[in-house]
Amino acid sequence: MSGNAALGEAAVLAGCTCYFGYPITPQNELTEYMAKRMAEVPGGVFIQSESEIAAINMVLGASVAGARAMTSSSSPGISLKQEGISYLAADELPAVIADMVRGGPGMGNISPAQSDYLQATRGGGHGDYKTIVLAPASVQELADLVPVAFDLADEYRNPVIILGDGMLGQLMEPVSFDHIKPPAEFPKDYILNGAKGRPSRMIHSLLFDTKLEEEHNWKLYRKFQRIEQNEVRFETFMLEDAEMVVIAYGTSARIAKGAIKRLRQENLKVGLIRPITVWPFPTEIIQETANRVENFFVFEMSTGQLIEDVKLALGGKRHIHFYGRPGGVIPTPIELYRVTSRHYYQAVREKSQ
Amino acid sequence: MKQIYGRPKILKEAHFHYCPGCGHSIVNRLIAEVVEEMKLRDKIICVAPAGCGMLLYNYFDIDTLESAHGRGAAVSTGIKRVLTDSLVFSYQGDGDLAAIGTAEGFHAANRGELITVIFVNNGVYGMTGGQMAPTTILRQVTTTCPAGRNPDSAGHPVKICEVFSMLDGTSYLERVAVNKPAAVIQAKKAIAKAFQHQINKTGFSLVEILSPCPTNWKMDPIRSCKWIDEVMVKEFPLGVIKEVTC
Repeated sequence: MSGNAALGEAAVLAGCTCYFGYPITPQNELTEYMAKRMAEVPGGVFIQSESEIAAINMVLGASVAGARAMTSSSSPGISLKQEGISYLAADELPAVIADMVRGGPGMGNISPAQSDYLQATRGGGHGDYKTIVLAPASVQELADLVPVAFDLADEYRNPVIILGDGMLGQLMEPVSFDHIKPPAEFPKDYILNGAKGRPSRMIHSLLFDTKLEEEHNWKLYRKFQRIEQNEVRFETFMLEDAEMVVIAYGTSARIAKGAIKRLRQENLKVGLIRPITVWPFPTEIIQETANRVENFFVFEMSTGQLIEDVKLALGGKRHIHFYGRPGGVIPTPIELYRVTSRHYYQAVREKSQ
Repeated sequence: MKQIYGRPKILKEAHFHYCPGCGHSIVNRLIAEVVEEMKLRDKIICVAPAGCGMLLYNYFDIDTLESAHGRGAAVSTGIKRVLTDSLVFSYQGDGDLAAIGTAEGFHAANRGELITVIFVNNGVYGMTGGQMAPTTILRQVTTTCPAGRNPDSAGHPVKICEVFSMLDGTSYLERVAVNKPAAVIQAKKAIAKAFQHQINKTGFSLVEILSPCPTNWKMDPIRSCKWIDEVMVKEFPLGVIKEVTC
């Protein structure tokens, strides 16, 4: 099954009943899958919207009405959705948004890239807010994280982004959905469904009073702090004895793993920290590792975005090597093996001097 | 004693923030009266806009969501597709529906979404201080067309009802005004009829309301009401533009 289709099936099993989308490569298989699948779901809604802006606002409407709703797109389309994502965050409404990142900026191309990292992890739209960002590295993990995304969105009443790329979306891999449980129940005491037998409700982000707006911003901030405390997810690989640690996420982490296996055959002690949530960022494990490891190696399919979070985590205390390939280029494990071993030997040389 | 007039219960005990002579307060009241008379409070959801009408939730005792500028029809679509038995209306101004949100309104209308748009057309961007709107009359002076709207550079007034009437998804489109008692009564009838079209699931319904904006037109309220008859109605003729029998 392709990653895009697996994402769709996992969403359905996680209780998603509303999908709104606009075609853009490389995520079209998801929109097409949902067009077919939503017709089989009781109360299922599928709309091919007139634009990405309309799609995210339909998501907002469905979310306000109490449904589990999602949309998906790729980089240029995600830029258009940022307006709606900002409103979802301000209104404290749950939603899931999948971004199958492609090369950019501008039109760029349709090849896999990781150049939307900063857009995804820094809020992306206007105002003080964050989105939870999950970055799966395989089709199975993608399917596994979709129900997590919906639950996190409901629990924190905040938009959650699934940050993939063209590679993950198009990749065909075996995938199991057996372990996906029916969706958990979350209180829906905020939704708008007609004020029958209760006081009317209003949902708005306009707060003319600067004190109220400030209070609202701090309230959101405290929620984001709770998320940072409770929802960090990461994977480590051969970290225990590592002398150099690669930090990579999603597709690049997968490539890095291949490279590390080869490096290990040559007894080069390289390990991996793979953030699964890129926001909240797994700062602690990096800092713990830095107590005994001098050299870190950031690898990403961009000119350097993830590296900013690694620098913040390390606070200038350790040496950070970097290798990036932007523009939709997918490096091979062999290529990464060569680059990593070069940095490894350079680090060894510097240590002996 | 029989009460023949009073404050609709749907209107909260709050003072309207609108400028003196503004048509929004009349439109707000008409909606409240219709919601009450048609007993819709239990099932109605209002989508408020960006612009002068954005504080609707301070006045209506009904479930209300504030939408981003121009996105009311898309948000309403999302709500209505989930809550198919509800009544959803989007309250939008001329900048909201005829400029930044044209795509959302047009395509909701074309899909025949079972929603109602209350479209308040006063020919200017009121809240931001009276800039040119897509519905500004030719040669009308605003802060961004200080020499009067010139069609060579600023185009012509957009006639939303006439444009939407070409779309098969629309079932009821009427243009009314709130500048004199007879017009106000007609406006109320049009709102009720648009809601009825939604209840009967005949298609997308929209009521365009020509509404005075004395502050930004730089006229007193009486002159503003006359200006609607003398100038605005000639560009935007009143009446039912389209009605599909339900």
